[in-house]
Amino acid sequence: MEPKDISRRNFLHQAAWSGAVLTLAAYMPSYGQTLPEIINPVTNGALPGTELLSWISISRAGKVTLMCNRSEMGQGTFQALPQMLAEELEVALDDVQIVFAPANPEKYGPQPQEGSFSVRGWAPRLLRTGACAREMLIDAAATEWNVPKTECYAENGLVINRVSQKKLSYGALIEKAAKLKPSADVALKKRADYKIIGKPAPRKDIPLKTNGSAVFGLDKKLPGMKYAVIERSRRFRETVKGFDDSETRKVPGVSHVLKVKRPVFSQYCEGVAVVADTLWAAMQGRKVLKVHWNEPDFELPRTASLEKQMRDNLQKIGNEPKFDSEYAHCKQKLEGAYETPYQSHSCMEPLNCIADVRSDSIEIWGPIQEANWIQADLSQRFNIPIGHVAVHMTFLGGGFGRKAFPDYPYEAALISKEIQTPVQVVWTREDDMMAGPFRPGAFFTLKGGLTADGRIHAFQAKTATQWIGQDWSVTPPGPPEAAGYNTGDFEGLLHPYRQGIPHYSFGGAGTHSPIPVMWWRSVSASTNGFACESFIDELAHLAGKDPLAFRREHLPSTRYQALIDRMAKLTHWQSRKKNDGWGVAFTECFTGICGHAVKVARNAAGKVRIEKVIALMDCGWYVNPDIIRAQVEGSIVMALGAATIHATTFDDGQAVQQNFDTYPMPRIADIPPIEVYIMENDEKPGGVGEPGLPPFAPALANAIFDLTGQRIRRLPFSLDDIS
Amino acid sequence: MPSYKLSVNGKVYTVEADAQMPLLWVIRDLIGLTGTKYGCGIAQCGACTVHLSGAPVRSCSFPVSAVGEQPVTTIEGLSEDNSHPVQRAWIAEQVPQCGYCQSGQIMSAVALLAGNANPDDEAINGAMNGNICRCGTYPRIRKAIKTAASYSH
Repeated sequence: MEPKDISRRNFLHQAAWSGAVLTLAAYMPSYGQTLPEIINPVTNGALPGTELLSWISISRAGKVTLMCNRSEMGQGTFQALPQMLAEELEVALDDVQIVFAPANPEKYGPQPQEGSFSVRGWAPRLLRTGACAREMLIDAAATEWNVPKTECYAENGLVINRVSQKKLSYGALIEKAAKLKPSADVALKKRADYKIIGKPAPRKDIPLKTNGSAVFGLDKKLPGMKYAVIERSRRFRETVKGFDDSETRKVPGVSHVLKVKRPVFSQYCEGVAVVADTLWAAMQGRKVLKVHWNEPDFELPRTASLEKQMRDNLQKIGNEPKFDSEYAHCKQKLEGAYETPYQSHSCMEPLNCIADVRSDSIEIWGPIQEANWIQADLSQRFNIPIGHVAVHMTFLGGGFGRKAFPDYPYEAALISKEIQTPVQVVWTREDDMMAGPFRPGAFFTLKGGLTADGRIHAFQAKTATQWIGQDWSVTPPGPPEAAGYNTGDFEGLLHPYRQGIPHYSFGGAGTHSPIPVMWWRSVSASTNGFACESFIDELAHLAGKDPLAFRREHLPSTRYQALIDRMAKLTHWQSRKKNDGWGVAFTECFTGICGHAVKVARNAAGKVRIEKVIALMDCGWYVNPDIIRAQVEGSIVMALGAATIHATTFDDGQAVQQNFDTYPMPRIADIPPIEVYIMENDEKPGGVGEPGLPPFAPALANAIFDLTGQRIRRLPFSLDDIS
Repeated sequence: MPSYKLSVNGKVYTVEADAQMPLLWVIRDLIGLTGTKYGCGIAQCGACTVHLSGAPVRSCSFPVSAVGEQPVTTIEGLSEDNSHPVQRAWIAEQVPQCGYCQSGQIMSAVALLAGNANPDDEAINGAMNGNICRCGTYPRIRKAIKTAASYSH
């Protein structure tokens, strides 16, 4: 066993890009501890080689293993992280394999997979980890040769003595290097010298996803594992009065029927679980289960009543006098209202989770975005020391925020504890689509006032939506927040508008509803972006100015102006004709800035169709341009669905849409040609997975206005309905 | 419970299953091939697509009792080593993101190309419109099908 080494902890402390990342607690390498079992879809083996720092080990053959503490749900973590490590470690990308790391915040740091954080949050640490490991290997070689370290350098998995030309492989050096003290004081490479970062290297997980071998949560099996499906209240908050399982228990293979609950923020949602030897048997048992629910003691939400509440709430948000007087003096004034619906995440892999709960331990396996949160949550709820709670991530068949929540692992753990057997809880598509938590719908009113020369003098946005995490029965949303003056945030709106617009004001009011809501890809920007970028377009038209030039005028930042200029070039903006059907929009969230230009036209039947989408992403320093393009393409498809194809509505207290027949998705025939471009600059790394989504709906709506003069104020809308 | 003899990827399996049990669950839970995915259970998303005598079917809605003598091919049966032209094209074009729907996408594409060596956009739309991808990999799916077609030219 090695002694605790303060320098290792300091090294990781200091491995932060100044100001760009969270301040984190110490990472303490697990000296002498047995490495926990890992899910390893790449090698199906235990960690090979010798551990060098917390995250990496190197085998005697020189193969590097990176413990990936970020989940992989399609966003490309499995490629971006090895690229960063390989660059500074000076190894070939093919020599780095990646394995999922179980939740272990002391060792691997926190693991939330949200906020488009993998690259922007972890670049500093991974670059320094690679550089530090490289220096330890060079130190080991210099000692071996008894030469000054300055005579040695590393390249392609070798340390080379530039005087004698002797070479030693990392595999030959690893045992000695692992005994050295890491130094926090390592130099990082210049961007111009990168050989791996910034290149479109193919993703390592893709070959596993073309032959069926990638292990998703639903594919994971444990010996002796049982299966459970759960009849949950469709009205979200109903409680179980009782149940009749007499028919269920006659189904061959059914072994247990029990009441369960699932924590959704500070409340529990109840249900009755049917446990069986096979999933099919559990499903058959559920079909004949009769659950009696207590009469709901709350008003059953309907979409019409939710919308009325949001519209009423918008009227209740107070104004700020200073803003009001500035607005009153404007030469031209405009008000606009925008409405966006509730949406479902509907990941292609429905929720599922395996739990194995013993008297003194919990083990979880599943498609999980938030391993640390789940570990801490289960430890607390089951009163088991956190070190005895292991959370293993499989590949995620989509996440979009839904799988960053501890409700479904808790439910599985509760059943496993009760039946004293490992169990996999499987959600059917209907369970997944009807239970939420949903992206909340959001309604907006905006006000804009122009000066005599057509500049925005005053800009106000008011929002009525259901606050995420707000618990409807315990803490009603409270009185509407009065609109502030030149303060606060409106997620999605480009930041420099706050400097370019002299007077602005944001206010909000919470919807009171028992419907569970949560974050959905790009969170508030997904709804706010539609409102603010549609309205900016309206103001540009009111000012009689070109929509791109109008935006540029209000963005006092060279970075944002460069973005506008590049978009003008990509779209040949100046040579387009008026009413040609072009629309643009720009939003930012999670430090990624993105613009979309949409071109619409009428087809032979006179229907409006999307001809082309041009997307321009500014995420600063980046790792893999092909993954960025893929993320933006996917964001556009997801945004297309939310803008023109699907929405979740409610009636009689439950979600109306149950499956893809009533919550249809964009399909291949719906997808226009998409071009994605990336800004080249030296800004800090920004988010990628989410910021590509919000500009689409407003860019499309603005394009439709340009073509038809019809202003879209409510999502979703059907392109077929545009006259 | 009735017993069925199924030929899957060239291998014969005998399974005991309820006659109404969908082929999807037989393949995944009784035979143990998990590359075929559950997505909707109502033949709306295509994640469960397999071939019966070379033709694509949605195995989530196809009872095991209806399979009969027809040979079943799943994603695992396309090749031993990712060498099927469609698999190669999928890797070349870097199609998958989360990857969950891709087994079904690939099986639909393989069936398309078997009947049409050089599909145009309309043919691709027709054959692939039953497969949903929530990650939105459609532009790359289209490109990869054309790439796969080019491999045999």
